[in-house]
Amino acid sequence: MRIKLSNFILFLGYLFLYAPLLCIVVCSFNESMFVSVWSGFSLKWYRALMSDQIMLRATWTSLKIASLSASVSVVIGVIAAIVIVRLRKFRGKSFFMGAITAPLVMPEVIMGLALLMLFVGSEEYFGWPDGRGTLTVVVAHITLTLSYVTMVVMARLQDLDRSIEEAALDLGASPIKAFFVITLPMISPSIMVGWLLAFALSLDDVVIASFVAGPGATTLPMIVFSSLRFGISPEINALATILITVLSIGVIISAMWIYRKKDAKDTA
Amino acid sequence: MYRIEELIISRIRDLVMKITGRRLLISVPSLWTMIFFLCPCLILLKISFSDGLIASPPYTSIVDMVSEYTLQVRLNLGNYVRLFTDEMYIRGFMTSFAIATTSTACCLIIGFPMAYAIARSAEKIRNILLMLVLLPFWTSFLIRVYAWIMLLSPSGLINTWLMNWHLIDSPLQLMNNSYAACLGMIYAYLPFMIFPLYGAIEKIDYSLIEAAYDLGSTPLTAFFSIVAPLASPGAYAGSVLVFMPAIGEFVIPELLGGAQTLTVGRLVWNEFFVNMSWPTAAALSMVLLAFVMIVLALVQKHKEISLLAQE
Repeated sequence: MRIKLSNFILFLGYLFLYAPLLCIVVCSFNESMFVSVWSGFSLKWYRALMSDQIMLRATWTSLKIASLSASVSVVIGVIAAIVIVRLRKFRGKSFFMGAITAPLVMPEVIMGLALLMLFVGSEEYFGWPDGRGTLTVVVAHITLTLSYVTMVVMARLQDLDRSIEEAALDLGASPIKAFFVITLPMISPSIMVGWLLAFALSLDDVVIASFVAGPGATTLPMIVFSSLRFGISPEINALATILITVLSIGVIISAMWIYRKKDAKDTA
Repeated sequence: MYRIEELIISRIRDLVMKITGRRLLISVPSLWTMIFFLCPCLILLKISFSDGLIASPPYTSIVDMVSEYTLQVRLNLGNYVRLFTDEMYIRGFMTSFAIATTSTACCLIIGFPMAYAIARSAEKIRNILLMLVLLPFWTSFLIRVYAWIMLLSPSGLINTWLMNWHLIDSPLQLMNNSYAACLGMIYAYLPFMIFPLYGAIEKIDYSLIEAAYDLGSTPLTAFFSIVAPLASPGAYAGSVLVFMPAIGEFVIPELLGGAQTLTVGRLVWNEFFVNMSWPTAAALSMVLLAFVMIVLALVQKHKEISLLAQE
């Protein structure tokens, strides 16, 4: 009886999580403009989406911004994690930790507004950035995702076996070589997770981007957001289905990759 | 002799390298956060004390050289006074707080049984179940909000079904109220609650619960004397993770809450984009930030949120 109850709870929980998404997927194949009428299976909204130049350009912009900001964020995040976990205590270390992790709890509207104020101010005094565009969004997204990446890498670094690294150092490897040959491969799954998380966060952000993006850098979430204000749109259904499919496949593949890596380590 | 000198020199070089390397390592992330996180916050604080202006940039400077040797700092507290006297802003804070607490409580109520059921499921499928909780979190946030627009809007699925079954004659107003905003938040932030809760519940030794049963306790007392206290760190961490984004949330109340659900996040947005009043937007942000920091300090004092790192 107990097992049945817990299965029932899980069923309801996952129904709550997945049913709304499933509705979108089903409706994206509806030929009719309205969700109230099912007038047959059709791919016409996907075709409409593919010929929507504004949408395609925004997708490209978003992908560029997301991959660039995730990559920079991972580099700085790994350094920050090493500073926090590995370096001896230095003056202001706890302040450093606080400042690195603060964006996690910072409301998005404040972060967007504050960064915009910075860009406006620095443009006035230093002439940089010359107008707002892709670059300002990238900088804002690095700042946003940095704390997440640092957290993920930090967690891995903390429970890493240090003896291998020390062995490499004892055998005469320079700290830099020891890092690239020993530590980096060992934390690579967490770096991958960090990169994916940063990529997903950047691809998802509408608030910060709306504040700091210039006229030339309209991202995909900004377009989606403005069309959502007008309610249901069949084209958005199609876009949502594509996004759900692509992201799910990406997450599942990377999860499998990480588990396999973990398994290989456990059996070795 | 020559050998020893060489050795000493190389040691010194290593030491210098180590120190400069250390500096370099510390400086990269520090500089980034200072320039792009702390600095913007200070600028925002500065602007919150200035007067609004119809110019570019639309605020006055708070520091002026009035004469050759006089530096005048002029702090306009009016922006803050207005926030605490104008009813609209006070209501905004109340709405935000109410929505955030309600959604956190609901997430706890929904998340706890789920986390418990996952933690007690067969070990083989546990990871899969956890991943299924996380998967919607990775799919776009806007899409998840949109899913509820599709279900709740007057021409949406729920109204269509109800009308087709002749349960109602005209569409119900399911969207554009604070309940819809709450629902959206619960849906969006539920994974944040389940994960830390699962982490805490999974560690509970099940034999403790069995012992309680053997000693004659009812399921209810077993729950309140064993499961609830041991799961509470997870519940705290989860509540913080849900409450924090919910309090400043803009997108969900904007899309699902309708015109009357004016949360602080929306007020900041409107002051900036609609009223072009940068100082008011900045002052609102500062008050919201102070509120977030107070809540965090209270929680941190109560329980170390170490689970935050495991996210």
